[in-house]
Amino acid sequence: MSPPPGRPPAPVTADPWAELAASTPARLALGRAGASLPTREVLKLGLAHAQARDAVHAAADFGALRSGLASLGHASVEVESAAPDRATYLRRPDFGRRLSARSRSLLGGADAAGADICVLVADGLSAAAVDRNALALLGALLPRLAPRSVAPIVLARQGRVALGDEVGTLTGARLTVMLIGERPGLSAADSLGAYLTFGPRVGLTDAARNCVSNIRPGGLVPDAAAGRIAWLVDRALALSLTGVALKDGSGDAALARSPDAPPLAG
Amino acid sequence: MAYSHAVGRTTWAFADLKDLMAKATPLRSGDMLAGIAAGSAEERLAARHCLADLPLKAFLARPLIPYEEDDVTRLIIDRHDEAAFAPIAHLTVGDFRDWLLSDLADAAALARIAPGITPEMAAAVSKIMRNQDLILAAKKCRVVTRFRNTIGLPGTMAVRLQPNHPTDDPDGIAAVIAEGLLYGCGDAVIGINPASDSPTGLSRLCHLIDDLIARHAIPTQACILTHATTTIGLIERGVPVDLVFQSIAGTEAANASFGVTLDLLGEANDAGRSLKRGTVGQNVMYFETGQGSALSAGAHHGVDQQTLEARAYAVARAYDPFLVNTVVGFIGPEYLYDGKQIIRAGLEDHFCGKLMGLPLGCDACYTNHAEADADDMDALMTLLGAAGVTYIMGVPGADDVMLNYQSTSFHDQLYLRDALGLKRAPEFEAWLQRMGITGPDGRLRQASGSHPLLSRAEAA
Repeated sequence: MSPPPGRPPAPVTADPWAELAASTPARLALGRAGASLPTREVLKLGLAHAQARDAVHAAADFGALRSGLASLGHASVEVESAAPDRATYLRRPDFGRRLSARSRSLLGGADAAGADICVLVADGLSAAAVDRNALALLGALLPRLAPRSVAPIVLARQGRVALGDEVGTLTGARLTVMLIGERPGLSAADSLGAYLTFGPRVGLTDAARNCVSNIRPGGLVPDAAAGRIAWLVDRALALSLTGVALKDGSGDAALARSPDAPPLAG
Repeated sequence: MAYSHAVGRTTWAFADLKDLMAKATPLRSGDMLAGIAAGSAEERLAARHCLADLPLKAFLARPLIPYEEDDVTRLIIDRHDEAAFAPIAHLTVGDFRDWLLSDLADAAALARIAPGITPEMAAAVSKIMRNQDLILAAKKCRVVTRFRNTIGLPGTMAVRLQPNHPTDDPDGIAAVIAEGLLYGCGDAVIGINPASDSPTGLSRLCHLIDDLIARHAIPTQACILTHATTTIGLIERGVPVDLVFQSIAGTEAANASFGVTLDLLGEANDAGRSLKRGTVGQNVMYFETGQGSALSAGAHHGVDQQTLEARAYAVARAYDPFLVNTVVGFIGPEYLYDGKQIIRAGLEDHFCGKLMGLPLGCDACYTNHAEADADDMDALMTLLGAAGVTYIMGVPGADDVMLNYQSTSFHDQLYLRDALGLKRAPEFEAWLQRMGITGPDGRLRQASGSHPLLSRAEAA
């Protein structure tokens, strides 16, 4: 079959729904070359992956965070896990869940008066999440925790979620709130996660925790996240538990006031 | 009981059956993390020689995790089908590999023996199989499940449409569903990983998909991937629920770390079935698994992660699931370090699941802290397609903006269909043609901007 006169046929088929992409950060309406991604999109994805790979290996700026916390009137203390470097951290999560000997004696020697709440910030898998979102979240969260007592904020390098269990034990807190850099994605390399653990002690599993994830400007914005975390903190301390038995109902009151909320049966 | 194998003047000894299994398994970071991997390449192959000579019956006589200590072991032993096992009861692990690859093992024979195969037998034989063996044997297994369509027929591969959104925004989720359907995805399930487990928000998502399925008469099913207790609560409140999701693992303690027991899974299955929402069948459970979860929870009993993964399939098998998904590269480099380990694990999991009679799909995926990239996923999905994988994931641009990892994309499934000639579930394939999305050859037609799936109502 001979080609029609005029323009040669275009190899890329456009997706005629570009407006759908406005409601989600997901990669919609990329078009296709036959079954496959167009060249432009393949290269864009490759670049995003390259940037995320680089981000995994950056170091969090705890100096800046400590200054920011000081200006908010909060003391902080820096610790590190038993993973001495990034390469070890990535292969040995068990090291990331325990404190280094130095940090253990540092916290063990502190005044373990037993605050209600111990808030931690750990680099986890994204230093960018800490650098960009931790101070904004803490600025919104800490006032909401009053009048509960809050221990000095613990900043942990090469830390995993369960590092909070050992820290909570040493500081005698009733509840830990661990803010940690989540694994970076292609579109979001700066998401913080918040993990709440009542009665922290070494050996707990994630079934004993509640999680609020995707905290960042383009996801769950820090102010809204602070409201949800504070709601869970209140419920956790009132019920003396966290985990699967504590359901996140922080949105229910707001939705009940919204006229377009779907009615619930039963 | 100790095991040994001589290589030249060296005799390699293995303390017990689980040590032998761990030493025989292909190299991976998770077993190294657990401190149970072979110390050298020769030790690994000595273990495989030893394992090949072991009778399959040994796994019934000597459970890797004691019967008294673990309810998954009790499930495996108590439910073992002696009659189904009889035709292979005389075989060693090595003979079993030969049998699986021979013409004796056709689809009917494999289906007959499936209830007689314990996860340890499946794991053991997989350890002495090459990737091509795992592909060929799995391809011969036939596992068909039904809810509103029929999954697993020969020559088909289904897709889970995964429209996750970082804040569960209904408009954003509806937008991804619309594009996914227009790319011919969604016959396995339209399944959302929610960012929040707020019952009110989850209920809204259930209604969103239920309305969409009803409005367009789509022969598929919905699932919100939240904890089974939460889903049971939604069912009790009258919220429309199709499939009931739960993450599961291969030991009692690992399941406890997920907040689940075998009794709870039974309740969840009963609750889902009580709604009778399936039209062509009532398989209602959707399980997800993945190598490394037991070690991650400190609940591995010194057993290698691939064997524990197969034990999770024994849990799944007890509830006649519609879908089982091994999420193969999600857990991170401490369990599967690079593309080579992820590819091997995906093929092992798919083979073991199919051999045990399960509708195994695979989330071929990787995280940005693993030594893997899109080329590795191209290799894995192509091998899985050749192996007859039940379904893969469909994520826009392969980039999950909620879970922060890369899976397979709407485009990837089109590639596999073009490269391997794979069709969709027949009910869904017919619907796509009725909707003008695909032509009679199953390939996408040029989409129209005025397609009914794109009407404003979809985003309302």
